[in-house]
Amino acid sequence: MDNIIEIRDLHFTYPAEDEDSQPAEVLKGIDLDIKKGESVAVLGHNGSGKSTLAKHLNAILLPTSGKVTVNGIDTADESRLFELRQSAGMVFQNPDNQIVSSIVEEDVAFALENLGVPYEEMRKRVDDALRAVNMYEYRLHSPSQLSGGQKQRVAIAGVIAMEPECMILDEPTAMLDPQGRKEVLATVQKMNREKGMTIVLITHYMEEAAQCGRVVVMDKGRVVLDGKPEKVFSQVETLKSIGLDVPQVTELAWELEQAGFSISPETISEEECVEALMRLFGRLPVNLPAQSNYTDKEQ
Amino acid sequence: MLKDITIGQYFPGNSVIHRLDPRFKIVITIIYIVMLFTGDSMACLAVGAVFTAMMLVLSGIKLKMYLKSIRPLMPFLVITALINLFLVSSGEVLWHWKFLKITSEGVNISVFMIVRIVLLIMGTSVLTYTTSPITLTDAIERLLSPLKKLRFPVHELAMMMSIALRFIPTLIEETDKIISAQKARGAEIDSGSFTTRARNLISILVPLFISSFRRADELATAMECRCYNGGEGRTRLRQLKSAPRDYIALAVTLLFLAGVITLKIIGI
Amino acid sequence: MAILETRDLTYTYSPDTPFEKTAVDHVSLKIEQGELIGVMGHTGSGKSTLIQHFNGLLRPTSGQILLDGKDIWENKNKIRDVRFQVGLVFQYPEYQIFEETVYKDIAFGPKNMGLDEDEIKRRVLATAADIGLSEELMERSPFELSGGQKRRVAIAGVMAMEPKVLILDEPTAGLDPAGRDLILSHIKAYHKRTGNTTLIVSHSMEDIASFADRILVMNKGKLFCFDETERVFSRAEEIAEIGLDVPQITRVFMELRRRGLDFGKEVYTVGYARDLILRELRERKGE
Repeated sequence: MDNIIEIRDLHFTYPAEDEDSQPAEVLKGIDLDIKKGESVAVLGHNGSGKSTLAKHLNAILLPTSGKVTVNGIDTADESRLFELRQSAGMVFQNPDNQIVSSIVEEDVAFALENLGVPYEEMRKRVDDALRAVNMYEYRLHSPSQLSGGQKQRVAIAGVIAMEPECMILDEPTAMLDPQGRKEVLATVQKMNREKGMTIVLITHYMEEAAQCGRVVVMDKGRVVLDGKPEKVFSQVETLKSIGLDVPQVTELAWELEQAGFSISPETISEEECVEALMRLFGRLPVNLPAQSNYTDKEQ
Repeated sequence: MLKDITIGQYFPGNSVIHRLDPRFKIVITIIYIVMLFTGDSMACLAVGAVFTAMMLVLSGIKLKMYLKSIRPLMPFLVITALINLFLVSSGEVLWHWKFLKITSEGVNISVFMIVRIVLLIMGTSVLTYTTSPITLTDAIERLLSPLKKLRFPVHELAMMMSIALRFIPTLIEETDKIISAQKARGAEIDSGSFTTRARNLISILVPLFISSFRRADELATAMECRCYNGGEGRTRLRQLKSAPRDYIALAVTLLFLAGVITLKIIGI
Repeated sequence: MAILETRDLTYTYSPDTPFEKTAVDHVSLKIEQGELIGVMGHTGSGKSTLIQHFNGLLRPTSGQILLDGKDIWENKNKIRDVRFQVGLVFQYPEYQIFEETVYKDIAFGPKNMGLDEDEIKRRVLATAADIGLSEELMERSPFELSGGQKRRVAIAGVMAMEPKVLILDEPTAGLDPAGRDLILSHIKAYHKRTGNTTLIVSHSMEDIASFADRILVMNKGKLFCFDETERVFSRAEEIAEIGLDVPQITRVFMELRRRGLDFGKEVYTVGYARDLILRELRERKGE
């Protein structure tokens, strides 16, 4: 099986809260396949339906109509709920509200305890997960002593310990400072690269989306763009019209294009932009000293 | 501000008492309480005092900390002493003024009561000072686990307790923030008339309640996503293992209890 | 005369304990009436502690804070008045909303000031208009509003006190790009209308660059720099070193300069970069 996530004509409507209000259709027909090992960013502004979509991947919400299959399990199949949740781990936005225990390592073990994993194996999986997110030395700390980025990494470790096929992160960096965002993003990308874990990253930060292998843009409950980041971000007008940012270098390339100077519209990295501008000014890239002050990776 | 308040009064350390199995520590503490209340003579109390002193020394925590634990109960101690001092009328009269009189028996009983209460507080403090609240909760859950057969929700209560412990620091920090934010809007929390203060208290409690409900809701979802399904079939990362020292500690405690009972029987 | 001034301001948390930490270390600065200032610094740099001194929520361990030339701690009993003159909006301010209606919540501050009903009404409606909340929202419950609207209600609650100095701690945290732009544009409009002094704390140099007259950077409790935006950006490399994010476009132009393509100016917005490149290209064509 090639696709780990298959979404077919997914509709979802929140029921009316009281007699005066109307039921709100949040997802209006989503078709999406995600392959094993992909890292996919779902980009959209608040209210675009991206978080609602994420909640369907873990059976927190069930489709009003249509079908969602994760790792071959229909999310509507209640008898396989734990199996589903074990194969699709979820990380939420607020780091404080998803940590259950007052000790880091016990929190990482929480899912394993629930699943009845024997002690010896649990100990090993917890330690491995803590090392993978670089939090092993904090294993006996209390979560209240940690920074936001560290708490999110603990939450990620809790998911990794379940050894899921795929990890869904619902705006994991929205409440973090730039340092915390970097830490979390690096950890997520590492899981994708080194463990081949499928990543679905819900975000409204385009810098984060640009680091994923594929970007799905949502607006008003529909998928409007889907493809490699450079293709998606080159649609500057579409993105701006739905209230999203594009990387500054992409925006500059687009602005210059509008003024009649063509540099590649698919510029998403600083390196590409620097070289395009050097070419524009008729200067060939000169040989660089080994030490370069690119900060592209950290971005 | 609020952040400075310590909760649980746990002092991390690595003393013999710190390392005892928390289940044994709870049982020992219960036996200790029984010991103090079994004896009704000064001799019995002396045995209890020796046992207490032993625990305090072995815990490796400064005596000052234990004395601190008594301070909040000072008014209660003083009242108990005064009541016994003036209301016990048997024994030799040592002093009297109008209808008030102090008897030798009164002095004896007052001293006895105060010593007993002080020992009780200091001795039980050993348990909370050397055991983290979360370990304590865990140990209670396991000690009470036989009650599960009677459908007593042992696991659920322990889970509630540990979540409460987890969120106390978070909520304190949040309360601090809300107080600052409302102060910035001119709310008077620590001054002003009673009605304005009560009103301003609402400006703190409402946001705190709303945020707590939101947290509870999100936490519940997060727990479900991590396959939480009650206590059935759960395994634990935290392993409680009893060692020889636990049995020795228990034996010593029982020995002291036996001593007190013996003294009581022979009437010393 | 500066509207706000600090002299050797120092603040130490938990003094005389093992947890002693100097969060603000001998900071002296002057802020002029009517300025729009960006405040930057990473978590733990002391910026939050610093701004909580400006309205007297924290009392300095040593040093002074002067508002309109007067030490705000001169008379301890008047500190509440300082809070009305220096309005502070905390991070995620929507979590402090508590009244049943939007109107009442915005009116909470003005009411505490002891203003009469007419004046309160005028202020509430004026700020609501500034921040883009329509009048029909006034009688709604704030808890029914969207996240972005709640944030604006909370900001209006401080603005309605019409403080001489308005300080906002990360007013755009957690918002999407559209929400962020909306709030920033409303804050700018308010600043323009009232001509007050405004300080905006932000992690994003990109956001700050587009509006601030001057930028204040804190690092390890010390004042790292406090200068005009362009001058601060000329130190972009040092700023990146102390762990702050430099806008992507600035990094591109830093790299171009390193490779010998120097535009002679500090670049921090895309629009400016475009104009600079186009001007340069046209000049070359003209040659």
